[in-house]
Amino acid sequence: MENKRIDPTQIKGWGIDADPKNDPTYPMRERMNVGEDPDSKHRPDSLQPVDTEVLRSIERPNVSAVFGTPAPPTGLSGLIRRAAFHYSENRYRHWLPLVVADRVNVVEGIVSDLTHGKLPNIWAEKGYDMEWKHNRTAFITKMSIIGAVTAGVVVWLASDSKKPKTKGNKDYLSRF
Amino acid sequence: MLAMDYRGPKRVRAVQKPMPEIKHPQDAIVRVLRTCICGSDLHLYNGNVPDTRVGSTFGHEFVGEIVEIGADVTKVKVGDRVIVPFNIACGECHFCRQGMFGNCHESNTEATAVGAIFGYSHTAGGFDGGQAEYTRVPYANVGPTIIPEGMDLDDAVLLTDVVPTGYQAAEMAGIQTGDTVVVFGAGPIGIMAARCAWLFGAGRVIIIDQEDYRLDFARNYSYCEAYNFKEMNDPVVFIKKITDWMGADCVIDAVGAEAAGNTMQTVTGRKLLLQAGSATALHWAINSVKKGGVVSIVGVYGPTDNLVPIGNVLNKGLTIRANQASVKRLLPRLIDHVQNGVLNPKGLITHRLPLEEVADGYRMFSAKLDNNIKTVLLPPTANQ
Repeated sequence: MENKRIDPTQIKGWGIDADPKNDPTYPMRERMNVGEDPDSKHRPDSLQPVDTEVLRSIERPNVSAVFGTPAPPTGLSGLIRRAAFHYSENRYRHWLPLVVADRVNVVEGIVSDLTHGKLPNIWAEKGYDMEWKHNRTAFITKMSIIGAVTAGVVVWLASDSKKPKTKGNKDYLSRF
Repeated sequence: MLAMDYRGPKRVRAVQKPMPEIKHPQDAIVRVLRTCICGSDLHLYNGNVPDTRVGSTFGHEFVGEIVEIGADVTKVKVGDRVIVPFNIACGECHFCRQGMFGNCHESNTEATAVGAIFGYSHTAGGFDGGQAEYTRVPYANVGPTIIPEGMDLDDAVLLTDVVPTGYQAAEMAGIQTGDTVVVFGAGPIGIMAARCAWLFGAGRVIIIDQEDYRLDFARNYSYCEAYNFKEMNDPVVFIKKITDWMGADCVIDAVGAEAAGNTMQTVTGRKLLLQAGSATALHWAINSVKKGGVVSIVGVYGPTDNLVPIGNVLNKGLTIRANQASVKRLLPRLIDHVQNGVLNPKGLITHRLPLEEVADGYRMFSAKLDNNIKTVLLPPTANQ
């Protein structure tokens, strides 16, 4: 399709929100620093009861007035998450363990499914029906490559070629 | 109730979960009528946001009907149909009182660098999202806005995020009358940002992406020029050439962490997670804006670090402006624009799926299948 320059004034709404005073501090409606704000420590009147484990950033002094309650930390991933929250958001020691915990949590989720008698339907959960319907050739190619690489790795791991040769096979002296 | 359920990277399903409960006197329970999959949900879907726990329900774009309210809720009542801004804001803290409703300090215990967002990991507060039949909405006196009489629910659901984020992207770009604006990313946010750039008086709007079907859509919807970066040797040089070698006045990054176009960024940012996502679009934005220009960032990145040419920001005297959209601040203006026909949000919707097919919806959006731009999910209770 061709790109055509148009007369912008013909576009409905052109310029109706133009604001020459739109300076870089906008969109803070009324800029004020903490020292100028007598209510800077103001909190909502009611605080949500802390009746579940909430991991708190050490960059704040308290639990926020409301918080989410689903999926409190549990298991090995929970241990890792709790350890991560000993460090501030400024540290890799905070974020990288959380990423690791997320991956551990995926395995825990599969184990949980199996222990509850549910076999995860990976095909459906990954939405592969859509790939099959709309992108079949590329999907088959991609899956074939993944299958071939996986099979290759399995064969290689199972073969004798990767096993270290015994010391007795290295008869360097007899070569001379 | 039926709800989306995260099981791991690229694995989601719809399952039965317990009904949400009132946990705070300002809470409300909302029966979801429409909910969408957002481009930023893909960061969660791909497993790139730290502290995304298995069993979470995503979804920060939803509208619904109030079915229960807490003791202190006075601004809405049972039966009201409401637009629920994607960010959770108390309306009382130091930041909310400055109009920074996307940066509330009383809704997220687990991180201070981001306010709370529905269904967006524990890093963003640990709240369940709206890809469900029902969801808990905290601070119901502040966020939920009653859907005006006669407004289409499809328009309303896009006022929760897509329209305000696209609009604020253009607003933060500081567009002056006649400016040339470049938008990286022709997803729903980029398309809306390009459309809104005209409202601020832009003289020329250009959108850059790698998907031809999205570029065609943007040309028609946003009245802008659209170019495929895969057909360019170097997008920065291309933009310099078409702007008399000066660079654009304003550049908007509407891509964020999932950017394609640079192998090193893709491998380190998206595959190895050595960066907080791939910063290709931001890199191009900084290098293609004119000296003294403005870079506006609404593409979402993770909480750690990214490789960007910060030296060029200094040497070119750039202004970088970025934020999560302050939806509540913008809603009155944007509702006017929709009601007056200036903006047509529902024109972005290309697919509708029942909530039961949420996994297919994510795959379709993630892999850009079937010319997908925007998918709306319909919970079974939406038609009750």
